[in-house]
Amino acid sequence: MKILVCMSVVPDTTTKITFTDNDTRLNKLGVQFVINPYDEISITKALALAEKSGGTVTVIHVGPAENDAVIRKALALGAHDAIRINAEAIDSQFVAEQIALAVKDSAYDLIMTGRESIDYNGGQVCGLLGELLGLPSINVVSTIEIEGEKAVMTHDIDGGKEKVSCKLPFVMSAQKDLCEPAIPNMRGIMAARTKPLNVVEPQASQPYSSYVKYASPKPKASVKLIDASESEKLIELLRNEAKVI
Amino acid sequence: MSVVVFAENSEGKFKKAVFEAVTYAYKTAQTLGLQVTSIVIGDTESGETDKLAQYGSSKVIKVAAPGSVFQPQQWSHIVANVFQQNGGKVLIFSNTYTGKAIAPQVAVKTGASLATNVISLPVVSDKFVVTRGAFSGKGFADVALERELKIIALMPNSIDLEEHKVEATVETMTVDQVSASLEVIEVNKVKGKIPLTEAEIVVSGGRGMKGPENWHLIEQFAEAIGASTACSKPVSDMDWRPHSEHVGQTGITIKPNLYIAIGISGAIQHLAGVSSSKVIVVINKDPEAPFFKAADYGIVGDAFDILPKLIKAAGATSNA
Repeated sequence: MKILVCMSVVPDTTTKITFTDNDTRLNKLGVQFVINPYDEISITKALALAEKSGGTVTVIHVGPAENDAVIRKALALGAHDAIRINAEAIDSQFVAEQIALAVKDSAYDLIMTGRESIDYNGGQVCGLLGELLGLPSINVVSTIEIEGEKAVMTHDIDGGKEKVSCKLPFVMSAQKDLCEPAIPNMRGIMAARTKPLNVVEPQASQPYSSYVKYASPKPKASVKLIDASESEKLIELLRNEAKVI
Repeated sequence: MSVVVFAENSEGKFKKAVFEAVTYAYKTAQTLGLQVTSIVIGDTESGETDKLAQYGSSKVIKVAAPGSVFQPQQWSHIVANVFQQNGGKVLIFSNTYTGKAIAPQVAVKTGASLATNVISLPVVSDKFVVTRGAFSGKGFADVALERELKIIALMPNSIDLEEHKVEATVETMTVDQVSASLEVIEVNKVKGKIPLTEAEIVVSGGRGMKGPENWHLIEQFAEAIGASTACSKPVSDMDWRPHSEHVGQTGITIKPNLYIAIGISGAIQHLAGVSSSKVIVVINKDPEAPFFKAADYGIVGDAFDILPKLIKAAGATSNA
């Protein structure tokens, strides 16, 4: 079984997000970059599925050379090789288009993404990639079992969950409960140094969108404290002052 | 030419998020000098389509459902066809699982620019710019959609509902069918429960609730004020509550009118997922809990003393 996992490189979840250059760019100063948490889950699950069937896992990333150190972490987890498309990830549509062009002749049995990246939260790449490659796409998958030529999955839908079956190949995005993300061990880290990381140049593309400006959430005015002995006052304040219930 | 809305059909009815999408489409259409057309797939209860006209949709196009269950590939094929055949310029979805399953496929089929998580009306000058949530609630981004056709997935609770009653024509359209790619084995929906992302009021519990056996207090309070329930990351990690209730940076990002956090300290990852809520209430026994800095109202004290009082007060003075 040949599995491809698309990975994004994002600021660590504890990062305080600030912007620079007149709020036109993310301030990367002092920010620790990591594998997008949902993609890390995909990689872990992909490795488990590949191990069962004696297959391989390739990770693919669209980004500049400075992200190679993070890609090596995916290799340290056990991915067999990596592809980096050498371009700034402008938006989800650009990323999906570049990945589709790079892998369209590679005949992967399963393509995995995270349900969204925690920086741009688009949640688009799974659906875009499926459509670009002419494959079905299943979003927000929390369990998957491969049964011969097909996979049985549960995934989140509005107001609940759904159990579906789909014939391979297809594209899926991982929800957090798909598995516990793995932690690389020393042997994995050593092995990752010599694993192939192939760099390919991007293809020409017409722009879909451009990010013009960023803003941070407005800070709250100070909190109005209610004494615990008069807790029921809260209900009245929410009704008559805040008017939210 | 028109601004087209995918009016998501929830078992024959439209949810508030759909009327928000129609309101959004009406205002966008006013800016662009266009009309609003709604697409409805499958049967709806009588009178439901009139509600779309109430919010400004002057045309409603009904297409028969290709099957008894939702199939993204079949639905996106219909939406892309109706959008293009009706001279659609902008297509609005609700930022729900259903909307987000179809929108990318329609974007590829039509060559449109796609923005999800959108929270503002477009600002139209030489560019078409919308604001979207980014960095899991830690920031906002203004993005210019460069393609001629534009697709927007609108976050629920982002704009206020406004009625703009118009006369509407209702048409039935037939779209050739494509085959379904999934076999749906089982659908499990929680009946009568509002999905978290669409909830206007959310009561959320953290580690301070001490165990899943105490969740009846969260549930009773939620019921008393008509809220949905949520939880923090440790609570879902310990399997006290399902992951689908986890709000925060690696869970769901929500923006209800009212978010009540009980026994949640307010780590940066949790705040990221809820900081767009209009009003935040924090109940925590630790006065130093960082969440108080992000709150509008706070009570320092033991949740097990406070919750019964709140449940009683909310029930006793109910507006009903």
